[in-house]
Amino acid sequence: MIAEFGLAALWLAAALAALQLIAGALALTPRGGTLGGIVRPVAMVQGVLVALSFAALVVLFAQTDLSVELVAKNSHSMKPLIYKISGTWGNHEGSMLLWVMIMGLSGCFVAAVERRLPELTMLATLAGQAFVSLGFYAFLLLSSNPFTRLPSPAIEGAGLNPLLQDPGLAFHPPPLYIGYVGLSVAFSFAIGALVTREVGPAFARAMRPWVLGAWIFLTLGITAGSYWAYYELGWGGWWFWDPVENASLMPWLAATALLHSVSVLAARNALRAWTVMLGVVAFSMSMVGTFLVRSGILTSVHAFAVDPERGSFILGLLALNIGGALVLFGLRAASVTEGERFSAASREGALVFNNVMLSAILGIVLVGTLYPLLAEALGAKVSVGPPYFNPVSAIFAVPMLMVLAVGPLLRWRRDSLARIRPLIAIPAVLLLGVLIWAGSQAVGLLPALGLALSAALGVASLLPLKGRKLRQVKLPVWGMVTAHFGIAVALLGMASDAAFTTERLVAVQPGDTVEVGPWQVQLQRIEPVAGPNWTALRGDLAVSYKGGAVAELHPAARTFWAPPNETNEAALKTRWNGQLYAVLGQETSGGRWQLRLWWKPFVPMIWYGGILIALGGLLALLGRLASDLKRLVARDKIAYRRSRQGR
Amino acid sequence: MIRLLLTILALVLALPGAAQDGVPPAPYANVQLADPAQEAQAHALMLTLRCLKCQSQSIADSDAPMAGDMRSLVRERIAAGEDPEAIRAWLVERYGDYVSYQPRVTSLTWPLYAIPLLLLLGVAVVLRRRLRRGGDA
Repeated sequence: MIAEFGLAALWLAAALAALQLIAGALALTPRGGTLGGIVRPVAMVQGVLVALSFAALVVLFAQTDLSVELVAKNSHSMKPLIYKISGTWGNHEGSMLLWVMIMGLSGCFVAAVERRLPELTMLATLAGQAFVSLGFYAFLLLSSNPFTRLPSPAIEGAGLNPLLQDPGLAFHPPPLYIGYVGLSVAFSFAIGALVTREVGPAFARAMRPWVLGAWIFLTLGITAGSYWAYYELGWGGWWFWDPVENASLMPWLAATALLHSVSVLAARNALRAWTVMLGVVAFSMSMVGTFLVRSGILTSVHAFAVDPERGSFILGLLALNIGGALVLFGLRAASVTEGERFSAASREGALVFNNVMLSAILGIVLVGTLYPLLAEALGAKVSVGPPYFNPVSAIFAVPMLMVLAVGPLLRWRRDSLARIRPLIAIPAVLLLGVLIWAGSQAVGLLPALGLALSAALGVASLLPLKGRKLRQVKLPVWGMVTAHFGIAVALLGMASDAAFTTERLVAVQPGDTVEVGPWQVQLQRIEPVAGPNWTALRGDLAVSYKGGAVAELHPAARTFWAPPNETNEAALKTRWNGQLYAVLGQETSGGRWQLRLWWKPFVPMIWYGGILIALGGLLALLGRLASDLKRLVARDKIAYRRSRQGR
Repeated sequence: MIRLLLTILALVLALPGAAQDGVPPAPYANVQLADPAQEAQAHALMLTLRCLKCQSQSIADSDAPMAGDMRSLVRERIAAGEDPEAIRAWLVERYGDYVSYQPRVTSLTWPLYAIPLLLLLGVAVVLRRRLRRGGDA
């Protein structure tokens, strides 16, 4: 019953999306009449229906209804409840349903609250949102139906990959998807504004909170995903330039650029065409990411060629949406002028510089991610990894970070570097000093640059607060300062991990003590332990920092039985100045155990930085929403007075 | 010299059995070299070699037995005084370009390096146009 209900709700939602598109498009024509009136309510009901459909799938997974093919293939009755629930989106069909649900809910939300734009632009926006959704509904219903029943129920489910049975991984996809799909709103706004040629500060102010919201979730999702990879994979790496990671980084880079150009448009009515273009690009990158992850093309181009149905479908959607948007952009770009002008040494100038740099980095990541696929299609297998991405993206990232330190100190429209010279002297001296010191430590060029830039940016990011009364500083400024400081913090973690990590790989007997960096680690015993769907061998380690208080760490090697698999559970000891990372390996000859130990100074700063960046976004969002609300109340008051006077 | 010969002998003996499960791990799969400078060199190289049995992990980041064998091979050759790039070349010859995360410049891969240069040029042009214009407006 529940599966049929979910499927029916999904079909209804798809039908309403079609209605939303047709009604919205017709309402834009001279003969549209009152048809526009139904667009908002339809969008809201569509959002509710698709949410109900998703809820039905969650219930099926929570109950482990083995008569549903998707549940039988991806779940198991013995699994802990939270992993049953997270199993809903831990597979192709479920994650695509999550995708369209978020898309439907965003449309619903926009229809319900967004009242600042001219009504025609809103109709075009909602029609655009429906157009994109419709493609994904078709994809789900025609080639990835999550509610298919089995002819006879399975006796037991096949299980969920044990690597995915971890709170960090289980719950990082939803925020990431909210980020990816939240950008669809920016895409639809861009389409709407292009259709009605209403690109200006009002459009930017309406679009900004949606971009900010999506960007906050993307930032958190990437941060969480990176931390998951760090502790779950068991070798201490936190970013692999893996295509799946790049798929999340590309929309983030585009959204970061968009976020800044939309602010220029809102404040100064400049960069109109550029902002619209970025709105299109940001969501396009989300779709490219989905194509990469969902088509199976990453495992092998040949796997894709053998079963091309799904991949071709998404590729078709991609071409249709991105191509359509670009054609529209091409047709209208001439009539959307660039707007107000400004000089190179100005806030806008710095923002344009960094926008271009972010776009260039995006280009590098895109090329590096797609190139191996292209080469494989041509018959050669190549790998593109950290030795390519790190230095090549640094060519653009280093100047960008330097401008980032200076930009917020510049005035809008026209300024001179001479005016801010006394201010930027401090970070400039820091930059050089740390660079010279790091050079003497022989840590490598990129880590040295990272440390120096982190120190300079850490100070420079706080300078916009100098000489102001902190209580009167507005929330969006706090947001900017927090986010930029977060970048410095994250950079410190990244550079420090690359420069100062100490590694010890040893085979030890219980009783042996090993030193790694300032830590002493003693293996006390190896014990068997059991969990709900696994058994494990657990090492009891006594660790102490520079001979101080002794703490316990318990790295373990787990064996799952459904499906059979082994994972390493790393144990971490966090101090303010770094993290001790311990992994229990296999038993070697003579009752010895492999132990992998790392001392990683300041590595947690990577993720604290990520959280600060997201927090900065949140402060900015709250500030914007508060001032929007104030404006709205003021407008209502005036309208109310007028209506009374008129009486 | 004797050390070098022994290492090569060990390699010749170890390689046919490499990559097969059930065989005890190669000697330097999870054991560091005694000389920190050599270990650092080996580790830097391992980070840029792909584990052929995993998805997007370097041999420095993988539990796969084959990654362990390759780590051992890298450490032994570094210990024997071989140049890291020579080891990379040897592995590329044996396993193909796929094994190295650092793409060589070939007739197929030159765009990977040409595109960033073009981007740099494009960036310079865009910035010149955008930032020169205004000011007096």
